[in-house]
Amino acid sequence: MWDYTDKVKEFFLRPKNVGAVENADAVGEVGSIVCGDALKLSIKVDKETNRIVDAKFQTFGCASAIASSSALTELVKGKTLEEASKITNKDIAEYLGGLPDEKMHCSVMGMEALEDAILKYKGEKKVLRPGENIICKCFDVSEDKIRKTAIENRLKTVDEITHYTKAGGGCGTCIPEIERILKEVWSVREIKERPVEKKKLTNLQRMTLIQDVLEREIRPKLKADGGDLDLVDIEGSKVIVGLRGMCVDCPSCDMTIKGIEARLQEVTGQDITVVTE
Amino acid sequence: MKTIYLDNNATTQVAPEVVEAMLPYFTELYGNASSMHSFGGQVHAKIEVARTQVAELIGAEPEEIIFTGCGSESDNTALMSAVECNPAKRHVITTRVEHSAILNFCKHLEGKGYRVTYLPVDTLGRLNMDALLESLDDHTAVVSVMYANNETGVIFPIEEIGKMLRARGILFHVDAVQAVGKIPINLKELPVDMISLSGHKLHAPKGIGVLYVRKGTRFCPYLIGGHQERGRRAGTENVASIIGLGKACELARKELARGTAPLAALRDKLEAALLESCPDALVNGDRENRLPNTTNISFEYVEGEAILLRLNEFGICASSGSACTSGSLQPSHVLRAMGIPYTAVHGSVRFSLSGYNTQSEIDRVVEVLPPIIRELRSYSPFGRDKFEQYLCRLDAARAD
Repeated sequence: MWDYTDKVKEFFLRPKNVGAVENADAVGEVGSIVCGDALKLSIKVDKETNRIVDAKFQTFGCASAIASSSALTELVKGKTLEEASKITNKDIAEYLGGLPDEKMHCSVMGMEALEDAILKYKGEKKVLRPGENIICKCFDVSEDKIRKTAIENRLKTVDEITHYTKAGGGCGTCIPEIERILKEVWSVREIKERPVEKKKLTNLQRMTLIQDVLEREIRPKLKADGGDLDLVDIEGSKVIVGLRGMCVDCPSCDMTIKGIEARLQEVTGQDITVVTE
Repeated sequence: MKTIYLDNNATTQVAPEVVEAMLPYFTELYGNASSMHSFGGQVHAKIEVARTQVAELIGAEPEEIIFTGCGSESDNTALMSAVECNPAKRHVITTRVEHSAILNFCKHLEGKGYRVTYLPVDTLGRLNMDALLESLDDHTAVVSVMYANNETGVIFPIEEIGKMLRARGILFHVDAVQAVGKIPINLKELPVDMISLSGHKLHAPKGIGVLYVRKGTRFCPYLIGGHQERGRRAGTENVASIIGLGKACELARKELARGTAPLAALRDKLEAALLESCPDALVNGDRENRLPNTTNISFEYVEGEAILLRLNEFGICASSGSACTSGSLQPSHVLRAMGIPYTAVHGSVRFSLSGYNTQSEIDRVVEVLPPIIRELRSYSPFGRDKFEQYLCRLDAARAD
């Protein structure tokens, strides 16, 4: 038994706006009988004001699919196309006083049918951009949709994604892909949300680090070209080096020094200058 | 509103006689059957009476009956025992349409390195016997096949399979949870080594099951502890439920002696009336070989959960093979294994009757359901909706 709100029950038992709008200006379609639910949304638009003056639905699906479709028609009626295009699945679910997690995909279906109807009204075709590649082939769910749904609803597990989008609920071969997307979404976010802390190095740490970079990175490269350098001293942020071998008479030794300087600035996070003895 | 309960394959009403038989064991007769004193000892004697009652229902010997906690425990115990007693054999055969207590246990075995064969069924839900024969080999530890399917009621040829396996010396377990009490079973003639049954499917309470283990079958207990059930299932006996199950088995035996024809007739009436009044409806499963209480009907172009919730408004309880759960919207593994057409697979409803159902209850369902189907079809973007919408409007006009 599903834990449906009274509003869901009401919209399921006595749905509003069932059927097809006569002489509809656009019909949005989503889903299929094979995957177990489908929604056809027809809208009538006032050309002058760009307002949706009528909306009706036809739905094949469970109680919450019927309720979500009916709620969608109530939500869009009277709205301009621009206002309507901002309606998300969360708005539909909220209008119904919430949906069980396992049934959230019903509200996503509503949002998609609306998107489809508006695009068709404008005579626009959905152009496949990167990110619109289909991840779940069973239920035709794109990478973008998984990303968007995950971010908007703060979903962190594959199960949650399946409840909301159905992705991964069929053959299950795309589950590793969904895991990858979730990992990308949440690792990037967590880094962004957390201010990057720069550890302040102690003098000794800085000197050791500089010595280390010169020994391990810089000198082997110079030696490969027949040159070399010695670390002479470190005075505060000033690093004094002595050029050796081919470097001594090298015409591009200034460039080499600048390159070393940039690398040392990068690893220490400090304004290092490099000078020759 | 009076409840019309047509979901007896899910669970059943506890028979009033069963409740009555159990009551003293919650009050004055609270002794432990293992105790030395006669206060506990008298309880032990009653448990043995119940054991005999269970044995008599299925044609077994009392000592072949092990009381367990539920049907799932019986299933798990049987398979676990079979593989533990045959450590060299690492192949198990079952079917694609088993209960999850068997299917998920088999998946668990696969995780442990066992090879499992899941036998296919045809569009009527009948087992592919050739596939069974082909999959048998020297490594097969056990074959587990259900007696009757919980969703469609289709009965498998247990006797035929049993003979095939006995000739090869392979263990045979049968999950008979849906069959016991609904059809006669005589283990004296049936070549089966282990059978699972569950109390709450035959008017006993929940929380009591039985594993039948034929005399001479090697057995390893699953639950280890005290010496209860002759060391085959530890744990203090669930006395009241055991007494209740004994009583329920006695009642079932009398009921079966009277014959299952009246129940089957009631089911057939329901089925025929629904098929007649709802176009594009079809019965799932082999109608020739079916439990007398079960019918599984698909209503095309509508979704099962929606039908159930509408029926719920009238106090009518049924269930759907189209469990629209966990977002996957996958119809039941049983209907999928049968390859039911996609227009019908999502709109399946199972009605499972019991001896408590009446003609007037069936009449009520036949009155209420067709308009629900018509209305839901009028919402659906598929099917013969124009005609259906017309009929629906006609109904509404009549109601006004």
